[in-house]
Amino acid sequence: MSRTDVLVTVDWVQEHLGQPGIVLVEVDEDTSAYDGGHLEGAVKFDWKKDLQDPLRRDYLDKSAFEALLSSRGIANDDTVVLYGGNNNWFAAYAYWYFKIYGHGDVKLMDGGRKKWELDGRPLSKDAVERPATSYRAAEPDLSIRAFRDEVVAAIGSKNLVDVRSPDEFSGKILAPAHLPQEQSQKAGHVPTAINIPWSKAANEDGTFKSDEQLAALYAEQGYDESKPTIAYCRIGERSSHTWFVLRELLGKTDVKNYDGSWVEYGSLVGVPIEK
Amino acid sequence: MCGAPKQGGALAGIDLSTQTVIQGSVWHDGAPVAGAYVRLLDSTDEFTAEVVTSPEGEFRFFAAPGQWKVRALAAVGKGERVLPAEVGLNETTVAIS
Repeated sequence: MSRTDVLVTVDWVQEHLGQPGIVLVEVDEDTSAYDGGHLEGAVKFDWKKDLQDPLRRDYLDKSAFEALLSSRGIANDDTVVLYGGNNNWFAAYAYWYFKIYGHGDVKLMDGGRKKWELDGRPLSKDAVERPATSYRAAEPDLSIRAFRDEVVAAIGSKNLVDVRSPDEFSGKILAPAHLPQEQSQKAGHVPTAINIPWSKAANEDGTFKSDEQLAALYAEQGYDESKPTIAYCRIGERSSHTWFVLRELLGKTDVKNYDGSWVEYGSLVGVPIEK
Repeated sequence: MCGAPKQGGALAGIDLSTQTVIQGSVWHDGAPVAGAYVRLLDSTDEFTAEVVTSPEGEFRFFAAPGQWKVRALAAVGKGERVLPAEVGLNETTVAIS
């Protein structure tokens, strides 16, 4: 696994627009971005409506994931290229999801929508229709997903990487600052977690920093190469960005995303919290 | 949930007795800049949040009292503004020169 297996540039995507066997998927929380103009031929996933269980707090089960991909015309042997807003947070979350369900060839477009827009590249408002497929997902790969008990057990023993902003880590604010600061969970972080904000792994245009810069970043922030790792944020999408960096770009093994993240941990009764 | 709400517009529904709202607009060449990427940096210059400006060039953050930097990035260029914020409404303008 190397960077070019999991990451494609905006130039590469523009050169391959419309090529059979490659499916572009835009993943946003707010689909008005897609509806206002998207990459030609791209289908959309609405992070909240399409990628969350409609009843419980969980991701889609296997059959629901199969139905989603089939409805979007994605086949098992397609190369899926994900991109989105928010510096690819939600695209990285979807990437992790595709890996959970064993998709063969999935990549992120480096820089996402932001890089594409800042470059002034073309967007389309044309409706995208793809013939439905019969997608078959694998059983979920739980080796890349952490649950709450595992997080509590990891205190003091594994790398716990809190990727939120320093002010969220310290408990000064409870959510990323584009959201109202009224949340029910407690403020702070998991004891012994190290704070390496996701944003340190990205350039201002949303692209990932170089492998050399990324390796240096984690080394100097106290990341222990000999230990397994769990990354978390508030709801699991920014930590997917860091999970992607650690496992897919830097090739570290035993890296899990805790998608329950602070919204779950900060609401648990009796668990330790540091501020 | 982590996606930004619609930028700018009315403050209805926002409790200004508890929220520290930083809002304003991005301008270039005498006109508001729609679709600019605006990030909020804390007092150590660390990224805290990012939003995209509305068609009227507006942005809004929910922060905490303290010193903040607002930096705009658009196809036409960059601009930034440092401001102190208090609980309530804090308004600013970022010019891209």
